Amino acid sequence: MNAWHKPRMAPHPPTRMMQSSITIVVNGEPRDIERDASLLDLLRRLELDPRLVVVEHNQQIVRRPALAGTALAAGDQIELVHFVGGG
Amino acid sequence: MATTVAASADQQQLTIAGRAFRSRLMVGTGKYTDNDTMVRALEASGAEIVTVAVRRVDLNRKNEEGMLYYLDPDRLFLLANTAGCYTADEAVRYARLAREAGFNDFIKLEVIGDKDTLLPHTDGLLAAARTLSAEGFHVMAYTNDDLITALRLEDAGCAAVMPLASPIGSGLGLLNPYTIRTIKSRLAVPVIVDAGVGTASDACVTMEQGVDGILMNTALAQAEHPVAMARAMGLAVEAGRLAYLAGRMPRRETAVPSSPTAGMLD
Repeated sequence: MNAWHKPRMAPHPPTRMMQSSITIVVNGEPRDIERDASLLDLLRRLELDPRLVVVEHNQQIVRRPALAGTALAAGDQIELVHFVGGG
Repeated sequence: MATTVAASADQQQLTIAGRAFRSRLMVGTGKYTDNDTMVRALEASGAEIVTVAVRRVDLNRKNEEGMLYYLDPDRLFLLANTAGCYTADEAVRYARLAREAGFNDFIKLEVIGDKDTLLPHTDGLLAAARTLSAEGFHVMAYTNDDLITALRLEDAGCAAVMPLASPIGSGLGLLNPYTIRTIKSRLAVPVIVDAGVGTASDACVTMEQGVDGILMNTALAQAEHPVAMARAMGLAVEAGRLAYLAGRMPRRETAVPSSPTAGMLD
């Protein structure tokens, strides 16, 4: 999703969360998070250790040192992956 | 004599992309009934290279810690795979994510072409191998037992080529020793047989073809006693390697007595 496709006005009637939170998509599921949150904030909310997770932000890998400085925007697609058993 | 052969076998350590490994057996971490059994099986196998898959963190199930909780990256070499990928683009994406985990630049590349047989999609495989090799990955490509594809994968920059013994998870053993021998004889990079080995004799026969190693998962994970099977596989891989280096006797269609024919009583 490109930045210029994001509506400047909310597509839905304002809710009580409207001012303080945005909706992003994490591992395919919509999730609300506070406006101005970074990727590192998201990992903290999810209680995930940044050393054990790899983060993809709108199909771009974000390295660990950059997590704190990467801000989230409404509609962002986040993938959080790790190693599982496999052959 | 036996000592000499064993010593020379030890000297010919498996080396992939300049990195030496202590075992020619590589094992997967999937499909075990529990992680404790898996850890003990890995230990019993003596394997150093252990494969893992890249998947989404399950955000709804907190009890799943991921493989890093169980595998010690200081003692095991974690080889990530691109299992489940059906296109080159997908496989490249998974490989990049795997590398970002920060362990090494090796990737076990899988691009699958068919859901029923899990046979490789050779076009996708070659495209992904070229892209990833150019990005500095050491690509170990899972492929079928076809010489031409194996040669093209080597040309594409693969660090190792991994032809199957038989389909993934089938346990049918080495179906075509001839094609595996041919591939081994024509490639300069290591040839690791990946998939299809069912029991220790399969592993031994496979190693006797002269290949550099074997990767297996289901044969251990789905054995009745995975830890015991892991030890059997470790021994079989070593035995097969030694037998290959020792050079087998010629096959004959007639019997030749082992005991002297002279000196028999009247």
